[in-house]
Amino acid sequence: MSYLTLSITLIFVIIPLLLSKTLRLGLEKDTIVATVRSIIQLLAVGYILKFVFESENILYILLMVTLMIAAATHNARKKGKAIEGITWKIAVTLVFVEVLTQSILLGFQIVPPTAQYIISISGMVIGNSMVLSILFLNRFTAEVETHRDETELILSLGGTPKQAIHRQLINAIKASMIPTIESQKTMGLVQLPGMMSGQIIAGADPIQAVQFQLLIIFLLLTTAAVSSVLLGFLSYPSLFNQRMQLLKGKF
Amino acid sequence: MSTLYEPALHINDVNYSMGDVHILKNITGSFPKGKITTLVGPSGAGKTTLLKLCNGLISPTSGDIFIHDKPISSYEPTELRRHVGIALQSAPMIKGTVYHNLALPMELQGRKLAEQDAIAILEDVGLDKLFLHRKTNDLSGGQLQKVSIARTLNNRSEILLLDEITSALDRSSLHEIEELIVKINRKYGTTIIWITHNLEQAMSIGDYTWVLMDGQVIETGESDLLKSPMNEVVRQFVQGGAE
Ligand SMILES: Nc1ncnc2c1ncn2[C@@H]1O[C@H](COP(=O)(O)OP(=O)(O)O)[C@@H](O)[C@H]1O
Ligand SMILES: [Mg+2]
Repeated sequence: MSYLTLSITLIFVIIPLLLSKTLRLGLEKDTIVATVRSIIQLLAVGYILKFVFESENILYILLMVTLMIAAATHNARKKGKAIEGITWKIAVTLVFVEVLTQSILLGFQIVPPTAQYIISISGMVIGNSMVLSILFLNRFTAEVETHRDETELILSLGGTPKQAIHRQLINAIKASMIPTIESQKTMGLVQLPGMMSGQIIAGADPIQAVQFQLLIIFLLLTTAAVSSVLLGFLSYPSLFNQRMQLLKGKF
Repeated sequence: MSTLYEPALHINDVNYSMGDVHILKNITGSFPKGKITTLVGPSGAGKTTLLKLCNGLISPTSGDIFIHDKPISSYEPTELRRHVGIALQSAPMIKGTVYHNLALPMELQGRKLAEQDAIAILEDVGLDKLFLHRKTNDLSGGQLQKVSIARTLNNRSEILLLDEITSALDRSSLHEIEELIVKINRKYGTTIIWITHNLEQAMSIGDYTWVLMDGQVIETGESDLLKSPMNEVVRQFVQGGAE
Protein backbone atom coordinates (compact mmCIF):
# COMPACT_ATOMS: atom_id res chain seq x y z
CA MET A 1 0.00 0.00 0.00
CA SER A 2 1.35 3.44 -0.86
CA TYR A 3 1.03 6.51 1.35
CA LEU A 4 -1.41 7.89 -1.25
CA THR A 5 -3.79 4.94 -0.89
CA LEU A 6 -3.34 5.14 2.89
CA SER A 7 -4.44 8.80 2.78
CA ILE A 8 -7.56 7.78 0.89
CA THR A 9 -8.44 5.45 3.77
CA LEU A 10 -8.97 8.61 5.82
CA ILE A 11 -12.45 8.55 4.24
CA PHE A 12 -13.20 6.02 6.95
CA VAL A 13 -12.37 8.67 9.52
CA ILE A 14 -14.31 11.42 7.79
CA ILE A 15 -17.58 9.43 7.81
CA PRO A 16 -17.81 9.18 11.62
CA LEU A 17 -16.66 12.83 11.93
CA LEU A 18 -19.51 13.97 9.69
CA LEU A 19 -22.01 11.79 11.54
CA SER A 20 -20.81 13.13 14.88
CA LYS A 21 -21.12 16.73 13.67
CA THR A 22 -24.60 16.35 12.14
CA LEU A 23 -26.03 14.40 15.07
CA ARG A 24 -24.15 16.49 17.66
CA LEU A 25 -22.60 13.39 19.22
CA GLY A 26 -19.69 15.53 20.43
CA LEU A 27 -17.17 12.88 19.47
CA GLU A 28 -15.20 14.92 16.91
CA LYS A 29 -12.31 15.78 19.17
CA ASP A 30 -11.93 12.23 20.51
CA THR A 31 -12.08 10.80 17.01
CA ILE A 32 -9.35 13.12 15.76
CA VAL A 33 -7.13 12.47 18.78
CA ALA A 34 -7.61 8.72 18.36
CA THR A 35 -6.78 8.91 14.66
CA VAL A 36 -3.64 10.99 15.14
CA ARG A 37 -2.44 8.84 18.01
CA SER A 38 -2.92 5.59 16.14
CA ILE A 39 -1.08 6.97 13.09
CA ILE A 40 1.90 8.14 15.13
CA GLN A 41 2.08 5.13 17.45
CA LEU A 42 1.71 2.49 14.76
CA LEU A 43 4.12 4.15 12.34
CA ALA A 44 6.67 4.50 15.12
CA VAL A 45 6.25 0.83 16.06
CA GLY A 46 6.47 -0.12 12.38
CA TYR A 47 9.79 1.66 11.90
CA ILE A 48 11.18 0.30 15.16
CA LEU A 49 10.17 -3.24 14.21
CA LYS A 50 11.67 -2.84 10.74
CA PHE A 51 14.93 -1.73 12.32
CA VAL A 52 14.97 -4.56 14.85
CA PHE A 53 14.02 -7.22 12.30
CA GLU A 54 16.75 -6.11 9.96
CA SER A 55 19.43 -5.91 12.62
CA GLU A 56 18.55 -9.36 14.10
CA ASN A 57 20.44 -8.32 17.23
CA ILE A 58 19.50 -10.31 20.35
CA LEU A 59 19.98 -7.21 22.52
CA TYR A 60 17.33 -5.29 20.60
CA ILE A 61 14.95 -8.22 20.89
CA LEU A 62 15.48 -8.37 24.65
CA LEU A 63 15.00 -4.62 24.89
CA MET A 64 11.71 -4.77 22.97
CA VAL A 65 10.38 -7.61 25.15
CA THR A 66 11.44 -5.78 28.30
CA LEU A 67 9.62 -2.65 27.15
CA MET A 68 6.47 -4.65 26.43
CA ILE A 69 6.57 -6.23 29.90
CA ALA A 70 7.16 -2.84 31.53
CA ALA A 71 4.23 -1.25 29.69
CA ALA A 72 1.93 -4.21 30.45
CA THR A 73 2.91 -4.19 34.14
CA HIS A 74 2.27 -0.47 34.36
CA ASN A 75 -1.17 -0.96 32.85
CA ALA A 76 -2.25 -3.88 35.03
CA ARG A 77 -0.96 -2.66 38.40
CA LYS A 78 -3.70 -0.04 38.71
CA LYS A 79 -6.22 -2.82 39.29
CA GLY A 80 -4.32 -4.28 42.19
CA LYS A 81 -3.13 -1.20 44.07
CA ALA A 82 -4.57 -2.62 47.30
CA ILE A 83 -2.20 -5.59 47.14
CA GLU A 84 1.25 -4.92 48.54
CA GLY A 85 4.05 -5.34 46.01
CA ILE A 86 1.59 -5.87 43.17
CA THR A 87 3.96 -4.30 40.62
CA TRP A 88 6.71 -6.87 40.99
CA LYS A 89 4.14 -9.66 41.34
CA ILE A 90 2.68 -8.79 37.94
CA ALA A 91 6.15 -8.34 36.46
CA VAL A 92 7.24 -11.77 37.75
CA THR A 93 4.09 -13.30 36.27
CA LEU A 94 4.65 -11.73 32.85
CA VAL A 95 8.34 -12.64 32.76
CA PHE A 96 7.57 -16.22 33.79
CA VAL A 97 4.88 -16.65 31.14
CA GLU A 98 7.11 -15.13 28.47
CA VAL A 99 10.11 -17.30 29.35
CA LEU A 100 7.98 -20.44 29.60
CA THR A 101 6.26 -19.98 26.22
CA GLN A 102 9.41 -18.90 24.37
CA SER A 103 11.39 -21.81 25.81
CA ILE A 104 8.81 -24.26 24.49
CA LEU A 105 8.48 -22.54 21.10
CA LEU A 106 12.20 -22.17 20.51
CA GLY A 107 13.26 -25.31 22.40
CA PHE A 108 11.11 -27.59 20.24
CA GLN A 109 11.91 -25.47 17.18
CA ILE A 110 8.21 -24.82 16.64
CA VAL A 111 9.08 -21.40 15.27
CA PRO A 112 12.40 -20.15 13.91
CA PRO A 113 14.45 -18.04 16.35
CA THR A 114 14.12 -14.80 14.43
CA ALA A 115 13.20 -11.35 15.72
CA GLN A 116 10.09 -11.41 13.55
CA TYR A 117 8.64 -14.45 15.32
CA ILE A 118 9.91 -13.79 18.83
CA ILE A 119 8.63 -10.25 18.99
CA SER A 120 5.23 -10.82 17.39
CA ILE A 121 4.47 -13.84 19.55
CA SER A 122 5.80 -12.12 22.68
CA GLY A 123 3.46 -9.24 21.99
CA MET A 124 0.47 -11.55 21.90
CA VAL A 125 1.55 -13.52 24.97
CA ILE A 126 2.37 -10.47 27.09
CA GLY A 127 -0.76 -8.61 25.96
CA ASN A 128 -2.97 -11.54 26.87
CA SER A 129 -1.20 -12.14 30.12
CA MET A 130 -1.81 -8.49 30.99
CA VAL A 131 -5.52 -8.76 30.23
CA LEU A 132 -5.74 -11.94 32.30
CA SER A 133 -3.96 -10.24 35.20
CA ILE A 134 -6.45 -7.37 35.09
CA LEU A 135 -9.43 -9.74 34.92
CA PHE A 136 -8.03 -11.78 37.78
CA LEU A 137 -7.29 -8.79 40.02
CA ASN A 138 -10.74 -7.27 39.41
CA ARG A 139 -12.50 -10.47 40.33
CA PHE A 140 -10.21 -11.38 43.23
CA THR A 141 -10.57 -8.03 44.99
CA ALA A 142 -14.36 -8.24 44.59
CA GLU A 143 -14.45 -11.84 45.90
CA VAL A 144 -12.33 -11.02 48.93
CA GLU A 145 -14.52 -8.03 49.76
CA THR A 146 -17.83 -9.94 49.49
CA HIS A 147 -16.64 -12.97 51.42
CA ARG A 148 -14.76 -11.31 54.30
CA ASP A 149 -17.05 -13.07 56.79
CA GLU A 150 -16.17 -16.50 55.47
CA THR A 151 -12.47 -15.75 55.50
CA GLU A 152 -12.69 -14.57 59.09
CA LEU A 153 -14.75 -17.62 60.03
CA ILE A 154 -12.18 -20.07 58.68
CA LEU A 155 -9.35 -18.21 60.39
CA SER A 156 -11.30 -18.16 63.66
CA LEU A 157 -11.67 -21.95 63.53
CA GLY A 158 -7.92 -22.43 63.16
CA GLY A 159 -7.62 -22.45 59.37
CA THR A 160 -4.57 -21.08 57.57
CA PRO A 161 -4.73 -17.99 55.32
CA LYS A 162 -4.54 -20.27 52.30
CA GLN A 163 -7.53 -22.28 53.50
CA ALA A 164 -9.40 -19.10 54.39
CA ILE A 165 -8.97 -17.55 50.93
CA HIS A 166 -9.04 -20.73 48.86
CA ARG A 167 -12.57 -20.45 47.48
CA GLN A 168 -12.18 -16.79 46.52
CA LEU A 169 -8.85 -17.53 44.85
CA ILE A 170 -10.24 -20.43 42.82
CA ASN A 171 -13.34 -18.45 41.82
CA ALA A 172 -11.22 -15.56 40.59
CA ILE A 173 -8.83 -17.81 38.68
CA LYS A 174 -11.72 -19.60 36.99
CA ALA A 175 -13.64 -16.42 36.19
CA SER A 176 -10.59 -14.78 34.62
CA MET A 177 -9.93 -17.79 32.35
CA ILE A 178 -13.48 -18.22 31.09
CA PRO A 179 -13.40 -15.47 28.39
CA THR A 180 -10.28 -17.01 26.83
CA ILE A 181 -11.82 -20.48 26.70
CA GLU A 182 -15.21 -19.23 25.52
CA SER A 183 -13.85 -17.06 22.72
CA GLN A 184 -11.82 -20.01 21.45
CA LYS A 185 -14.92 -22.17 21.18
CA THR A 186 -16.41 -19.93 18.49
CA MET A 187 -13.09 -19.19 16.80
CA GLY A 188 -13.41 -19.35 13.02
CA LEU A 189 -17.20 -19.60 13.17
CA VAL A 190 -18.17 -16.15 14.36
CA GLN A 191 -15.00 -14.35 13.50
CA LEU A 192 -11.70 -14.91 11.83
CA PRO A 193 -8.94 -14.13 14.28
CA GLY A 194 -7.27 -10.83 13.40
CA MET A 195 -3.83 -12.30 12.97
CA MET A 196 -5.06 -15.01 10.61
CA SER A 197 -6.96 -12.49 8.51
CA GLY A 198 -3.83 -10.38 8.33
CA GLN A 199 -1.75 -13.30 7.12
CA ILE A 200 -4.35 -14.31 4.51
CA ILE A 201 -4.58 -10.74 3.23
CA ALA A 202 -0.81 -10.62 3.03
CA GLY A 203 -1.00 -13.64 0.70
CA ALA A 204 -0.26 -16.58 2.98
CA ASP A 205 -1.70 -20.02 2.31
CA PRO A 206 -4.95 -20.22 4.38
CA ILE A 207 -4.08 -23.70 5.71
CA GLN A 208 -0.74 -22.44 6.91
CA ALA A 209 -2.39 -19.39 8.40
CA VAL A 210 -4.81 -21.72 10.23
CA GLN A 211 -1.99 -23.89 11.54
CA PHE A 212 -0.24 -20.86 12.87
CA GLN A 213 -3.44 -19.56 14.40
CA LEU A 214 -3.96 -22.91 16.17
CA LEU A 215 -0.50 -22.60 17.66
CA ILE A 216 -1.42 -19.16 18.96
CA ILE A 217 -4.73 -20.40 20.40
CA PHE A 218 -3.00 -23.17 22.35
CA LEU A 219 -0.32 -20.76 23.44
CA LEU A 220 -2.90 -18.33 24.79
CA LEU A 221 -4.59 -21.11 26.79
CA THR A 222 -1.32 -21.72 28.60
CA THR A 223 -0.80 -18.00 28.97
CA ALA A 224 -4.24 -17.57 30.56
CA ALA A 225 -3.94 -20.48 32.97
CA VAL A 226 -0.38 -19.78 34.08
CA SER A 227 -0.92 -16.01 34.46
CA SER A 228 -3.98 -16.32 36.68
CA VAL A 229 -2.68 -19.14 38.83
CA LEU A 230 0.76 -17.62 39.33
CA LEU A 231 -0.51 -14.12 40.05
CA GLY A 232 -3.15 -15.60 42.38
CA PHE A 233 -0.66 -17.50 44.47
CA LEU A 234 1.73 -14.52 44.55
CA SER A 235 -1.06 -12.11 45.59
CA TYR A 236 -3.08 -13.75 48.35
CA PRO A 237 -0.39 -13.82 51.08
CA SER A 238 -0.22 -10.02 51.21
CA LEU A 239 -3.85 -9.90 52.39
CA PHE A 240 -2.70 -11.39 55.70
CA ASN A 241 -0.07 -10.51 58.30
CA GLN A 242 2.39 -12.71 60.18
CA ARG A 243 -0.24 -13.47 62.84
CA MET A 244 -2.54 -14.90 60.13
CA GLN A 245 -4.94 -11.97 60.46
CA LEU A 246 -6.90 -10.59 57.54
CA LEU A 247 -5.61 -7.05 57.03
CA LYS A 248 -8.26 -4.38 57.45
CA GLY A 249 -9.10 -1.86 54.78
CA LYS A 250 -6.99 -3.57 52.16
CA PHE A 251 -9.85 -3.60 49.73
CA MET B 1 -12.62 -10.66 91.07
CA SER B 2 -11.42 -13.48 93.28
CA THR B 3 -7.79 -14.42 92.79
CA LEU B 4 -8.30 -17.83 94.35
CA TYR B 5 -9.03 -19.21 90.92
CA GLU B 6 -6.42 -20.00 88.37
CA PRO B 7 -6.98 -17.72 85.38
CA ALA B 8 -7.60 -19.44 82.05
CA LEU B 9 -6.96 -16.17 80.29
CA HIS B 10 -5.41 -13.02 81.67
CA ILE B 11 -5.72 -9.62 80.02
CA ASN B 12 -3.08 -7.08 80.92
CA ASP B 13 -3.63 -3.39 80.14
CA VAL B 14 -4.94 -4.00 76.65
CA ASN B 15 -5.73 -1.14 74.28
CA TYR B 16 -7.15 -1.49 70.81
CA SER B 17 -7.45 1.32 68.28
CA MET B 18 -8.49 1.47 64.68
CA GLY B 19 -7.07 4.57 63.08
CA ASP B 20 -7.99 7.41 65.43
CA VAL B 21 -10.76 5.47 67.14
CA HIS B 22 -9.87 4.16 70.58
CA ILE B 23 -12.12 1.09 70.83
CA LEU B 24 -10.78 -0.64 73.96
CA LYS B 25 -9.14 1.32 76.77
CA ASN B 26 -6.77 -0.16 79.37
CA ILE B 27 -8.57 -3.47 79.82
CA THR B 28 -7.15 -5.58 82.66
CA GLY B 29 -8.63 -8.70 84.23
CA SER B 30 -8.77 -12.48 84.38
CA PHE B 31 -11.28 -15.07 83.28
CA PRO B 32 -11.25 -17.88 85.87
CA LYS B 33 -10.57 -21.37 84.62
CA GLY B 34 -13.59 -23.66 84.37
CA LYS B 35 -16.04 -20.83 85.09
CA ILE B 36 -18.63 -19.00 83.04
CA THR B 37 -18.03 -15.26 82.76
CA THR B 38 -20.73 -13.20 81.09
CA LEU B 39 -19.96 -9.95 79.29
CA VAL B 40 -22.65 -7.30 79.14
CA GLY B 41 -22.82 -3.70 78.00
CA PRO B 42 -24.46 -1.47 75.43
CA SER B 43 -23.87 -2.23 71.78
CA GLY B 44 -20.70 -0.60 70.52
CA ALA B 45 -19.04 -1.01 73.94
CA GLY B 46 -16.28 -3.18 72.48
CA LYS B 47 -17.43 -6.65 73.60
CA THR B 48 -16.99 -8.32 70.21
CA THR B 49 -13.61 -6.64 69.78
CA LEU B 50 -12.47 -8.07 73.13
CA LEU B 51 -13.41 -11.62 72.10
CA LYS B 52 -11.69 -11.29 68.72
CA LEU B 53 -8.53 -10.23 70.56
CA CYS B 54 -8.71 -13.36 72.73
CA ASN B 55 -9.12 -15.63 69.67
CA GLY B 56 -6.25 -13.88 67.89
CA LEU B 57 -8.31 -12.60 64.95
CA ILE B 58 -6.88 -9.19 65.82
CA SER B 59 -3.97 -8.12 68.00
CA PRO B 60 -3.92 -5.45 70.74
CA THR B 61 -2.47 -2.05 69.87
CA SER B 62 -0.74 -2.25 73.27
CA GLY B 63 -0.83 -4.60 76.25
CA ASP B 64 -0.98 -8.37 76.13
CA ILE B 65 -3.19 -11.38 76.74
CA PHE B 66 -1.81 -14.43 78.57
CA ILE B 67 -2.72 -18.11 78.57
CA HIS B 68 -0.71 -20.33 80.96
CA ASP B 69 1.48 -17.29 81.68
CA LYS B 70 2.54 -17.09 78.05
CA PRO B 71 1.45 -14.19 75.81
CA ILE B 72 -0.92 -15.42 73.12
CA SER B 73 1.39 -13.90 70.51
CA SER B 74 3.86 -16.69 71.36
CA TYR B 75 1.40 -19.38 70.28
CA GLU B 76 0.99 -20.56 66.72
CA PRO B 77 -2.15 -18.67 65.50
CA THR B 78 -3.94 -21.82 64.27
CA GLU B 79 -3.22 -23.61 67.56
CA LEU B 80 -4.38 -20.62 69.62
CA ARG B 81 -7.64 -20.36 67.69
CA ARG B 82 -8.45 -24.02 68.25
CA HIS B 83 -7.60 -23.70 71.93
CA VAL B 84 -9.73 -20.54 72.27
CA GLY B 85 -12.78 -21.24 70.11
CA ILE B 86 -15.20 -18.52 69.09
CA ALA B 87 -18.81 -18.53 67.89
CA LEU B 88 -19.06 -15.29 65.93
CA GLN B 89 -21.96 -12.88 66.42
CA SER B 90 -23.15 -12.99 62.79
CA ALA B 91 -23.02 -16.82 62.59
CA PRO B 92 -21.32 -16.74 59.16
CA MET B 93 -21.53 -19.88 57.01
CA ILE B 94 -19.37 -21.27 54.25
CA LYS B 95 -21.23 -22.05 51.05
CA GLY B 96 -22.86 -25.45 51.14
CA THR B 97 -24.89 -27.60 53.49
CA VAL B 98 -25.17 -27.81 57.26
CA TYR B 99 -22.91 -30.87 57.07
CA HIS B 100 -20.19 -28.93 55.22
CA ASN B 101 -20.25 -26.34 57.96
CA LEU B 102 -20.22 -28.82 60.83
CA ALA B 103 -17.32 -30.70 59.22
CA LEU B 104 -15.30 -27.53 58.59
CA PRO B 105 -13.17 -27.57 61.79
CA MET B 106 -12.09 -31.17 61.05
CA GLU B 107 -11.64 -30.55 57.36
CA LEU B 108 -9.24 -27.69 58.10
CA GLN B 109 -7.04 -30.27 59.80
CA GLY B 110 -7.40 -32.81 57.01
CA ARG B 111 -9.87 -34.97 58.94
CA LYS B 112 -13.39 -36.14 58.15
CA LEU B 113 -16.55 -35.89 60.21
CA ALA B 114 -18.58 -39.10 60.18
CA GLU B 115 -22.24 -38.57 59.33
CA GLN B 116 -23.28 -40.31 62.58
CA ASP B 117 -21.20 -37.86 64.60
CA ALA B 118 -22.64 -34.93 62.68
CA ILE B 119 -26.17 -36.10 63.49
CA ALA B 120 -25.30 -36.45 67.16
CA ILE B 121 -23.95 -32.88 67.19
CA LEU B 122 -27.13 -31.61 65.55
CA GLU B 123 -29.21 -33.28 68.23
CA ASP B 124 -27.06 -31.64 70.90
CA VAL B 125 -28.10 -28.20 69.66
CA GLY B 126 -31.71 -29.24 69.13
CA LEU B 127 -31.79 -29.58 65.33
CA ASP B 128 -33.37 -32.55 63.61
CA LYS B 129 -31.09 -34.78 61.54
CA LEU B 130 -33.16 -33.82 58.50
CA PHE B 131 -31.22 -30.55 58.52
CA LEU B 132 -27.89 -32.25 57.85
CA HIS B 133 -28.03 -31.93 54.07
CA ARG B 134 -29.98 -28.68 53.88
CA LYS B 135 -28.29 -25.68 52.26
CA THR B 136 -27.47 -23.11 54.93
CA ASN B 137 -29.07 -20.42 52.74
CA ASP B 138 -32.47 -21.90 53.57
CA LEU B 139 -32.09 -21.69 57.37
CA SER B 140 -33.62 -19.16 59.76
CA GLY B 141 -31.49 -16.88 61.96
CA GLY B 142 -32.04 -19.11 64.97
CA GLN B 143 -31.14 -22.28 63.06
CA LEU B 144 -27.97 -20.62 61.76
CA GLN B 145 -26.98 -19.76 65.33
CA LYS B 146 -27.42 -23.40 66.34
CA VAL B 147 -25.26 -24.62 63.46
CA SER B 148 -22.66 -21.99 64.29
CA ILE B 149 -22.48 -23.12 67.94
CA ALA B 150 -22.30 -26.79 66.98
CA ARG B 151 -19.51 -26.04 64.51
CA THR B 152 -17.44 -24.16 67.10
CA LEU B 153 -17.96 -26.94 69.67
CA ASN B 154 -16.38 -29.39 67.22
CA ASN B 155 -12.93 -27.99 67.97
CA ARG B 156 -13.36 -29.05 71.63
CA SER B 157 -11.67 -25.85 72.77
CA GLU B 158 -10.60 -25.42 76.38
CA ILE B 159 -11.80 -21.84 76.28
CA LEU B 160 -15.06 -20.95 74.50
CA LEU B 161 -15.97 -17.43 73.40
CA LEU B 162 -19.67 -17.01 72.65
CA ASP B 163 -20.84 -13.79 71.00
CA GLU B 164 -24.60 -13.28 71.43
CA ILE B 165 -25.29 -16.82 70.32
CA THR B 166 -28.89 -16.90 71.50
CA SER B 167 -30.09 -13.52 70.23
CA ALA B 168 -32.24 -15.04 67.47
CA LEU B 169 -33.58 -18.01 69.45
CA ASP B 170 -37.07 -18.55 70.84
CA ARG B 171 -37.46 -19.21 74.57
CA SER B 172 -37.35 -23.00 74.48
CA SER B 173 -34.36 -23.12 72.12
CA LEU B 174 -32.63 -20.58 74.30
CA HIS B 175 -32.94 -22.80 77.36
CA GLU B 176 -31.80 -25.81 75.36
CA ILE B 177 -28.61 -24.00 74.30
CA GLU B 178 -28.00 -22.65 77.80
CA GLU B 179 -28.27 -26.18 79.21
CA LEU B 180 -25.90 -27.50 76.58
CA ILE B 181 -23.26 -24.88 77.32
CA VAL B 182 -23.56 -25.40 81.07
CA LYS B 183 -23.26 -29.15 80.52
CA ILE B 184 -20.06 -28.68 78.52
CA ASN B 185 -18.73 -26.35 81.18
CA ARG B 186 -19.39 -28.89 83.95
CA LYS B 187 -18.36 -32.00 82.03
CA TYR B 188 -15.10 -30.82 80.45
CA GLY B 189 -14.26 -27.91 82.73
CA THR B 190 -14.40 -25.61 79.72
CA THR B 191 -13.88 -21.93 80.48
CA ILE B 192 -16.71 -19.90 78.96
CA ILE B 193 -16.77 -16.21 78.10
CA TRP B 194 -20.27 -15.32 76.97
CA ILE B 195 -21.45 -12.01 75.56
CA THR B 196 -25.17 -11.50 76.00
CA HIS B 197 -27.56 -8.59 75.91
CA ASN B 198 -29.98 -10.61 78.00
CA LEU B 199 -29.23 -9.49 81.58
CA GLU B 200 -31.39 -12.21 83.08
CA GLN B 201 -29.29 -14.75 81.16
CA ALA B 202 -26.08 -13.03 82.23
CA MET B 203 -27.06 -13.55 85.86
CA SER B 204 -28.55 -17.04 85.66
CA ILE B 205 -25.76 -18.55 83.54
CA GLY B 206 -22.77 -16.56 84.72
CA ASP B 207 -20.51 -17.24 87.65
CA TYR B 208 -18.92 -13.87 87.02
CA THR B 209 -19.89 -10.83 84.98
CA TRP B 210 -18.00 -7.98 83.35
CA VAL B 211 -19.79 -4.78 82.43
CA LEU B 212 -18.22 -3.00 79.47
CA MET B 213 -19.09 0.52 78.45
CA ASP B 214 -17.45 2.77 75.91
CA GLY B 215 -14.39 0.55 75.64
CA GLN B 216 -13.80 0.26 79.37
CA VAL B 217 -14.51 -2.37 82.01
CA ILE B 218 -16.80 -0.50 84.39
CA GLU B 219 -17.63 -3.21 86.89
CA THR B 220 -16.72 -6.87 87.49
CA GLY B 221 -17.68 -9.43 90.09
CA GLU B 222 -19.97 -12.34 90.75
CA SER B 223 -22.91 -12.19 88.41
CA ASP B 224 -25.28 -11.07 91.18
CA LEU B 225 -23.65 -7.65 90.88
CA LEU B 226 -26.22 -6.89 88.19
CA LYS B 227 -28.94 -6.96 90.88
CA SER B 228 -27.38 -4.06 92.73
CA PRO B 229 -24.54 -2.47 90.78
CA MET B 230 -22.17 -0.16 92.65
CA ASN B 231 -21.64 2.11 89.69
CA GLU B 232 -24.36 4.63 88.94
CA VAL B 233 -23.98 4.32 85.16
CA VAL B 234 -24.21 0.54 85.37
CA ARG B 235 -27.34 0.87 87.52
CA GLN B 236 -28.93 3.03 84.85
CA PHE B 237 -27.92 0.53 82.19
CA VAL B 238 -29.40 -2.37 84.14
CA GLN B 239 -32.61 -0.53 84.86
CA GLY B 240 -32.95 0.58 81.28
CA GLY B 241 -32.82 -3.07 80.30
CA ALA B 242 -30.71 -4.42 77.50
CA GLU B 243 -30.72 -2.67 74.17
N1 LIG C 1 -14.17 -3.06 61.47
C1 LIG C 1 -14.46 -1.94 62.17
N2 LIG C 1 -14.23 -0.73 61.61
C2 LIG C 1 -14.50 0.40 62.30
N3 LIG C 1 -15.00 0.43 63.53
C3 LIG C 1 -15.25 -0.74 64.12
C4 LIG C 1 -15.00 -1.99 63.48
N4 LIG C 1 -15.34 -2.98 64.33
C5 LIG C 1 -15.81 -2.38 65.42
N5 LIG C 1 -15.76 -1.04 65.32
C6 LIG C 1 -16.18 -0.05 66.34
O1 LIG C 1 -15.69 -0.48 67.58
C7 LIG C 1 -16.63 -0.26 68.59
C8 LIG C 1 -16.87 -1.55 69.34
O2 LIG C 1 -17.46 -2.49 68.48
P1 LIG C 1 -17.84 -3.95 68.99
O3 LIG C 1 -16.65 -4.57 69.61
O4 LIG C 1 -18.46 -4.67 67.84
O5 LIG C 1 -18.94 -3.63 70.09
P2 LIG C 1 -20.04 -4.58 70.75
O6 LIG C 1 -19.74 -5.98 70.37
O7 LIG C 1 -19.91 -4.31 72.20
O8 LIG C 1 -21.35 -4.12 70.23
C9 LIG C 1 -17.89 0.28 67.91
O9 LIG C 1 -17.93 1.67 68.12
C10 LIG C 1 -17.68 -0.03 66.47
O10 LIG C 1 -18.26 0.97 65.69
MG1 LIG D 1 -20.89 -7.31 69.27
